Amino acid sequence: MATNRGDGRQPMPERPAEERVQDFYEVPLGYTPEQAIAEAKRCLQCKRPLCVGGCPVKVQIPEFIKLVSEGRFSEAARKIKETNALPAICGRVCPQETQCEQTCVLGKRGEPVAIGRLERFVADWEREHDEVEVPEPPQSTGYSVAVVGSGPGGLACAADLAMWGHDVTIYELFHAPGGVLRYGIPSFRLPREVLDAELNYLERIGVKMRLNFVVGRTATIDELLEEHDAVFIATGAGLPRFLEIPGENLLGVYSANEFLTRVNLMRADRFPEYDTPVHCGNNVIVVGAGNVAMDAARTARRLGAENVTVVYRRTRAEMPARAEEIEHAEQEGVQMRFLASPIEFVGDEDGWVRSAICQQMELGEPDESGRRSPVPVEGETFEIECDTVVVAIGSRAHPLVPETTPDLDMSRRGYVAIDESGATSKEGVFAGGDIVTGSATVIQAMGAGRRAAESIHRYLTGEEPPGGITAEE
Amino acid sequence: MNEIRFREEIAPQTWRYLVHAPEIARRRHAGQFVVLRVYEKGERFPLTIVDSDTEAGTIELVFQVVGSSTRHLAAMQEGEEILDLAGPLGRPTEIEQFGRCVVIGGGYGIAPVIPIARALKDAGNELVGINGARTAEHVILLDRLREICERVEVCTDDGSLGHKGFVTEVLAEMIEGGERIDYVLAVGPTPMMRAIAELTRPHGIRTVVSLNPIMVDGTGMCGGCRVEVAGETKFACIDGPEFNAHEVDFEMLMKRQRMYRDMESDATRMYKPQSTPLNGGCGCHREGGQDGH
Ligand SMILES: Cc1cc2nc3c(=O)[nH]c(=O)nc-3n(C[C@H](O)[C@H](O)[C@H](O)COP(=O)(O)OP(=O)(O)OC[C@H]3O[C@@H](n4cnc5c(N)ncnc54)[C@H](O)[C@@H]3O)c2cc1C
Ligand SMILES: Cc1cc2nc3c(=O)[nH]c(=O)nc-3n(C[C@H](O)[C@H](O)[C@H](O)COP(=O)(O)OP(=O)(O)OC[C@H]3O[C@@H](n4cnc5c(N)ncnc54)[C@H](O)[C@@H]3O)c2cc1C
Ligand code: SF4
Ligand code: SF4
Ligand code: FES
Repeated sequence: MATNRGDGRQPMPERPAEERVQDFYEVPLGYTPEQAIAEAKRCLQCKRPLCVGGCPVKVQIPEFIKLVSEGRFSEAARKIKETNALPAICGRVCPQETQCEQTCVLGKRGEPVAIGRLERFVADWEREHDEVEVPEPPQSTGYSVAVVGSGPGGLACAADLAMWGHDVTIYELFHAPGGVLRYGIPSFRLPREVLDAELNYLERIGVKMRLNFVVGRTATIDELLEEHDAVFIATGAGLPRFLEIPGENLLGVYSANEFLTRVNLMRADRFPEYDTPVHCGNNVIVVGAGNVAMDAARTARRLGAENVTVVYRRTRAEMPARAEEIEHAEQEGVQMRFLASPIEFVGDEDGWVRSAICQQMELGEPDESGRRSPVPVEGETFEIECDTVVVAIGSRAHPLVPETTPDLDMSRRGYVAIDESGATSKEGVFAGGDIVTGSATVIQAMGAGRRAAESIHRYLTGEEPPGGITAEE
Repeated sequence: MNEIRFREEIAPQTWRYLVHAPEIARRRHAGQFVVLRVYEKGERFPLTIVDSDTEAGTIELVFQVVGSSTRHLAAMQEGEEILDLAGPLGRPTEIEQFGRCVVIGGGYGIAPVIPIARALKDAGNELVGINGARTAEHVILLDRLREICERVEVCTDDGSLGHKGFVTEVLAEMIEGGERIDYVLAVGPTPMMRAIAELTRPHGIRTVVSLNPIMVDGTGMCGGCRVEVAGETKFACIDGPEFNAHEVDFEMLMKRQRMYRDMESDATRMYKPQSTPLNGGCGCHREGGQDGH
């Protein structure tokens, strides 16, 4: 069993790379109770815990960690759930190194407390020991709320509203709920049973799900408002961006969305047992360097591709993916080609992609994001052979809801505009998550969902949410 | 939900279904489609909404059995429910008063033509229909077309009904004969749509085709359905499925439609619907368990 290096921090047991590229099972195995307790004991129990400030939903970090150190795991899980309805998911996919763990005081001199791993551990413990408590159904308020989109933003909002006695229905266009958690993030990072269990919890607290319901098409926001007293829009930033270069429509060129959806949602990894195919050749190029690119590259390795190359126009230092994902990808044999930007895909006579012509880049002056921007090295291009390309260069707002809701104000970039409370320009309609911010993180979307839930509760009842712990930034 | 209220085989391997889906029935317009998933391990695939009955809350689907998904759908019985059905998707047809319109359907393509023809007629257009198929017994929805059009030409590859030959030949004759044609709508196999585009192009006749690239979500989220129109990439599911025929890159469309052909024919051979339980008949629920190979 391979382990992470680490001074001080309990290492996370992981499956060896050679083994895990053969399947889609989870990579990190999770702490044992002993490891969890040992790690929890590292926490200084700060009086003014800086870690909490780094968490978008303000998980009561020292409190839950204290319970872990005492071996009271299920209680610890419940403590987290006071502010975060999906700890088993956040413990796995939060970029802790830029959130809670970045601000942990221990990180100043050594390694921060492994907050995410502990969060994952207690949530798994609670679930595996069947100790998940379903709260008493609260007194109904008689109000009804529609949540559009079942990604983390929609789920977090729905959970809070249901807990406060509102009648909540989630509308989702796909045949399965979860948003990016379902169709984007692969099962080797977030096992489906974990996602299903968290969704099951939501159903048990009374949240209703209308799947295969395309808001804007099956019904508009205005029509939802005829049946519901308020609407929360959390439709995400699901539209793929392409490079807009010649050859991009050749066979074998995918958006990351399509490639991952075919595998994660439609189970193309198990074709032909499942009907949906995916084409993954032996030489795969992934364009981009974020989490999505890492997921696509690691998925391609698992589909049997021998050579998987991430092509990125900047350098390693600018890669937006989480450090852990980059490390895992490299362990699994994913190669990186930096300072390269495809300018054309070349195909054969049947229309299949055969190579990518790339422009050699170099780093110039820092751009407005503070990163040094890549500039082409005049006249220097090179060709990489490939039979599959996955384009993972970001996404755009989904236009269906905005297009069919004329009185919804949009921001310049095509996202839904909101005020601090999460309210849109349209009476009774709130929004949050990637459809407001553009691609962000799971826990940021959840934070936005919770803030909107509070505002919706106030809007409906004129009162503060019962016992609500404010999730303000 | 999604109960099959009625089904009939209207031609060999071609079925007409009435499916209970009141929300979709209420909202759909000509030119729109639904995306279905028929059984737990099935694909998501699109079918045009041919008609709807808002009172009965049903939509009409007509489909040809070509592979695994359509075969599973054809094996379902009245009273059974289609596992997943989402819609109405796609942009509604742009209907104007064009004048004299020729609507052309090849094979199952006549099914998507019907609702558009009806809408054109309702907008005050004068309609001529051309219905083409392999043989007489493959000609479908002829009565429906006749109801809408003032004249209907039929043609079959073997001459067993109507003209012997292709729909393009009938259209060419009409054009050469000097008939006034202000607008052409054509739906059918891609080579047929391309041939019609080539035919009308020199005459500057406004020509619309409904494209059928491979789709996954049908809502703009995957980009799998992308087609090139006037040199620009479009997503057929949200920008279409109808486009100006003279601007479509049919070559690319045909290639992209073949993307999974080899894989899919293997799958059809290996997995017969008889051996695969329908609608979770196996007792196992949606995606459960951990995933491995
Ligand atoms: C491959 C990938 C990997 C990622 N990895 C990480 C990670 O490791 N850590 C992290 O923190 N973040 C990660 N992210 C980002 C994170 O997943 C998103 O920021 C987050 O999911 C946004 O949540 P959301 O609720 O706003 O939207 P989404 O999760 O996008 O959910 C939106 C939902 O709305 C539905 N919908 C859209 N339009 C309609 C409509 N008209 N009607 C009905 N339903 C509709 C969609 O089908 C979808 O289910 C990743 C993203 C991707 C794509
Ligand atoms: C907007 C639109 C409307 C359509 N309307 C109708 C209709 O009214 N009646 C009808 O009979 N057919 C219609 N089709 C075609 C229909 O979707 C395909 O015949 C069906 O998906 C074939 O699936 P299969 O599994 O049975 O066959 P497969 O063996 O999977 O495929 C056979 C061929 O069908 C096409 N195809 C496969 N999967 C898909 C997919 N997910 N999306 C689109 N095409 C695919 C491919 O070209 C493939 O080579 C329509 C397609 C589109 C895009
Ligand atoms: S939810 Fe995410 S950011 Fe907050 S404490 Fe948990 S792992 Fe850290
Ligand atoms: S900042 Fe670090 S040490 Fe302090 S309470 Fe938070 S986790 Fe514990
Ligand atoms: S089918 Fe996915 S974008 Fe059109």
